[in-house]
Amino acid sequence: MSKPKPFPQKTRYAAFAAALGLTALAAAPPAQAAEPIRIAVIAENSAIGGIAITNAAKLAADEINAKGGVDGRMIEIIDYDDHNSATDAVRAFQRAASQDHAIAVISSYMSEVALALEPWAARLHMPFITPGAASNEITRRIHEDYEHNKYTFHGYLTSTELAQTVCNFSHDVLVTKLHMKSTVVMSEDAAWTKPLDGEYLVCLPKAGLAVLDHIRFSPDTTDFTPLFNQIEAKHPDVITAGISHVGVQPTVQWASQQVPIPMSGISSQATTDTFWRDTNGAAQGVILEENAAPNIAVTAKTIPFAQAYIKRYGITPGYAGYSAADDVNIIAEAVKRAKSTDPDKLVAALEQTDYIGTMGRIQFYGRNEPFTHGLRYGRGYVTGIVVQWQDGKQVAIWPEDIATGEPKFPSFIKLPEQHAGK
Amino acid sequence: MLALQILIDGFAISALYALGAVGFTLIFGVSGVLNLAHGGLMLIAAVAAWYTAGELHAGQYIGAITGLAFGVLAALLTYFVVVRPIQRSRAIPRDETEIFVLTGTLLWGIMIQEAVAYFFSDNPLTVPALISGVANINRVRVPFNEILVAAISWLSIGLLWLLVNRTRAGKALLACAINPRGLTLLGFELGQLYLLVWLIYGLLVAAAGVLLATFLGTSSGNTGALTASAFSIVVLGGLGSVSGSLIAAYVVGYMETLTAYLVSPQIRTIPSLLLLVLVLYVRPQGLLGRR
Repeated sequence: MSKPKPFPQKTRYAAFAAALGLTALAAAPPAQAAEPIRIAVIAENSAIGGIAITNAAKLAADEINAKGGVDGRMIEIIDYDDHNSATDAVRAFQRAASQDHAIAVISSYMSEVALALEPWAARLHMPFITPGAASNEITRRIHEDYEHNKYTFHGYLTSTELAQTVCNFSHDVLVTKLHMKSTVVMSEDAAWTKPLDGEYLVCLPKAGLAVLDHIRFSPDTTDFTPLFNQIEAKHPDVITAGISHVGVQPTVQWASQQVPIPMSGISSQATTDTFWRDTNGAAQGVILEENAAPNIAVTAKTIPFAQAYIKRYGITPGYAGYSAADDVNIIAEAVKRAKSTDPDKLVAALEQTDYIGTMGRIQFYGRNEPFTHGLRYGRGYVTGIVVQWQDGKQVAIWPEDIATGEPKFPSFIKLPEQHAGK
Repeated sequence: MLALQILIDGFAISALYALGAVGFTLIFGVSGVLNLAHGGLMLIAAVAAWYTAGELHAGQYIGAITGLAFGVLAALLTYFVVVRPIQRSRAIPRDETEIFVLTGTLLWGIMIQEAVAYFFSDNPLTVPALISGVANINRVRVPFNEILVAAISWLSIGLLWLLVNRTRAGKALLACAINPRGLTLLGFELGQLYLLVWLIYGLLVAAAGVLLATFLGTSSGNTGALTASAFSIVVLGGLGSVSGSLIAAYVVGYMETLTAYLVSPQIRTIPSLLLLVLVLYVRPQGLLGRR
């Protein structure tokens, strides 16, 4: 058999050039299909407070995309369930950054999780906002080590500010209108309540309520009878609570034992209407602080958002839902302002945020202010409101200018006037 | 008045513990099954009761009955789907069956927990009290429901005692716990007996679940604690001894209540756990243990 003839040199060169040309064409970037803006949402999906974050973020993203996205780019929400665990949250964060190419992370209503993610935001240069955690530590770290921790933003009020809101309410309504004089502070033993209680102990007496006792209980507590008995023995006029990991059980037991002392303060589970159903109406009369509510126009955006949420998900949003929706919008605006998703440019753009959201006018404190990257707190910005559960609805009872009703308590409650009447 | 308060609260919670523990020890004593899905079964009963009473607006009595029904169904399901196949399997060596059953029920319990968390969130659920209002016993306020919980617990345990000691089926159950082989020689159908035990267990655990939901509330998050609590009470009292479980339930219940009132609610469970360790050290078969 004769040797097969090799290709002539000219043909070989031509083939090689053609192949090179085709490869170059193939490697060229495709016609610009707009790259989506990926925002990772890491939340506790089996918790009432956590699922609100995921649901609200998706709703907000869809609304922005319906209006054309951000400069033609659509927002894509990638959601992760952290199962109430800081370690799971960290793993999700790492994955969001390295594999899923998120440009920002919105995560958690638990301070334990937010605090665990903060150093990772610093290491991975990933802008990160928490819509629901409250610990003062979050902003303290940013203030003390700005260069490393500047990627974190605190999209909710700090515990100190929450306590101040409760104290302001207590002064205006409980002391001035209802003539109350004393209280017992009852908080779960968690990261966010340490600064909360610290501020309560300082501002409640200034508001006019003497603090007769300060009780911290384990978040695993299921039987609150001994606690309520201990509180009742001191005869306070009101219980000022700081509860978030628990809510249903203490409230149900308070009602079934007919503890004659009203409950006020922070109860984050009580912010959604599933709480009314889970407690079978035992929430009647419970007073709580939150940033927004479904039937109260804190801003022009509050009620439309809540209505859209209820329409899509069948329940009212938990408190962190309002902030999570605002956070998606804030990130979208920052991307637009920075014309880039580069982390440092995004951080600079986020610092310039001036956005009217569902919970108020949102600005972040600057480098030289104590709560760096925390929400600006006060009249005209985010102030918080205080509501009371009345007959299945949340009625705003403070501040004066948005109040829609007067405080009303179940029949087993004994108010100071009733004591005086005896 | 603190003493009376402790006495009453301790009584109510101990009665509830007893109800859960007695079922647990029954199923172990007779069937040899260490059912780690115990808390999960209580949860199913509680969720069914809550859903029917609240979401379907059927009221607490129909809710409670529905809860009982679902609890019994769940227990029977556990037997037919998880326990019996393992017990009958030829692939598993005889002396390893118990470990497999233990692991199988543990996994089953976790599946139940996650399923409930997925559909209903991990928020605690409560069933409206069967009787609302409070009684004033010597200036100590006690919810009527708490008294009812104690009464129903004791009634159930009393009925169980009657069943085991006064009926033929009950005596067969007792004999089965002592010597199953001897029982088959006498012509008893073991399969039917096991079914009866699981049925009774189902009733007890469902009742415990529904009552717990009216009294304290329960969530998918604390099924582990419920199982652990029943387990430690039963070990303390002696595996397989119903009266031992009863006594141990009261010991644990009162220790917890005393700790919560007199020391601190935060370390409520510690003294009873320490006691468990001590008893296991000194008398491993438990207070009245047989097996």
